[in-house]
Amino acid sequence: MSATDSVFGTRARRTLFAPIITNNPIAVQVLGICSALAVTTRIDKALVMGAGVTLVTACANLAVSLVRNYTPSSIRIIVQLAIIASLVIMVDQFLKAYLFELSLELSVFVGLIITNCIVMGRAEGFAMQNPPLTSFLDGIGNGLGYALVLLLVAFVRELSGAGKVFGFTVLPLANDGGWYVPNGLMLLAPSALFIVALLIWLLRTLKPELQEKD
Amino acid sequence: MPNTESTRYTILFAAAVCVVCALVVAASAVGLRSQQEANQLSFRQKNVLLAAGLVQPEEAPTDDEVRKIFDRSIRVRLVDLATGDYLTDGRLDANTYDQRRARNDPASSRAAPPNNAKVSRLPTYGAVYLVRTGAQDAAIEQVVLPIEGIGMWGTLYGFLALDRDGRTIRGLTFYDQKETPGLGGEIANPRWQALWVGRHAFDANWEPKIAVIKGNAGPPEQDRYRVDAISGATITSNGVSRLVGFWLSSDGYGKYLKRFREGGGS
Repeated sequence: MSATDSVFGTRARRTLFAPIITNNPIAVQVLGICSALAVTTRIDKALVMGAGVTLVTACANLAVSLVRNYTPSSIRIIVQLAIIASLVIMVDQFLKAYLFELSLELSVFVGLIITNCIVMGRAEGFAMQNPPLTSFLDGIGNGLGYALVLLLVAFVRELSGAGKVFGFTVLPLANDGGWYVPNGLMLLAPSALFIVALLIWLLRTLKPELQEKD
Repeated sequence: MPNTESTRYTILFAAAVCVVCALVVAASAVGLRSQQEANQLSFRQKNVLLAAGLVQPEEAPTDDEVRKIFDRSIRVRLVDLATGDYLTDGRLDANTYDQRRARNDPASSRAAPPNNAKVSRLPTYGAVYLVRTGAQDAAIEQVVLPIEGIGMWGTLYGFLALDRDGRTIRGLTFYDQKETPGLGGEIANPRWQALWVGRHAFDANWEPKIAVIKGNAGPPEQDRYRVDAISGATITSNGVSRLVGFWLSSDGYGKYLKRFREGGGS
């Protein structure tokens, strides 16, 4: 093993950090859009969802990678799904025990991490071919990339839709005696599509190599 | 390295994965259950307080605060739904009574009469939460009733608070529901729940009259018996309308409510 292959070498660093910006799962790979629309009305929801997906992606990648040489290829997808589903149920149970009211608001979307394309995509596309530690880092990186976009979208939506950041009032609302008239559209799902699209536009303008050739 | 493509190996591998996953899931579910049940109890109590207006949605009280206010101002009693009388012989402890479990147990429930709220079983005894914020011997101010019925995707569980007069609605909450987030799920939104406050549950002849309607309902003083439905959630809205009507009727808490308004609730 050369020095660049070691855990904290450049390759590992690239595995960890590339998905956060240059290969971001939402903004570049355009995966996981469904939950990006649903749980980004408030920053605290986006944060918990981002943490949940990061944990599940990292642990699922680790587990899938550990058994990758023993997994019969004919049932590999269902094995990955069983692993992912078990992890998601654990996260769901944990939220119900320690973040009860937030878990009620996240409702079905925690369970839907199972079908989040990012988790499955990284398990099948990366962890099946790579050693456990690298796969784990890849999972962390992709989860963080997902969480970053969620937080950005949630920041814009919570601020413009409710005049708040992390639940604290920043722009006093007109109907509470302040001056800010909130944009109700920002609290509805379509607004997240606009914000994600603007983010993709920004990223592709800053990094022209991401643009497809006609 | 075994031959990973043989049928025998594939079946064994699948079985091993299932066992490991099942163990992990079971361990997390069992290990966290007591904490989850404590959360659910606290959340139910908080919703009783919310329905009665003793805490406000934006206050976000802690579990300890909820327990303190609940213990201070709420007395739970059990009522025989068939007669409307309080259970006085102490056979059941009202504070630990689990109405959902009782309703599912044939020994402590019966089939519900036909009704459009799709309530299929009725518990023999129903809990009532008597609200008294003043001194021990002060008059009872409100009664909070547990209500349930079918919405779009599942059963809705909530509380309805009625004033001392037995007619005026003081609050409504839903604490457990599986409706579509953003549509039917809006029944859990305090802003929608606030529309119920001040309206009348019964008409002049004490027939249940409150209903959820399509279109605009006026302010409670002018539009006594009607509440705006939720846009895009007709089935959920109808479900709420029917289940509230059912529990106010003589099949639900109607007999008890008659006694409550005539007898002073004690």
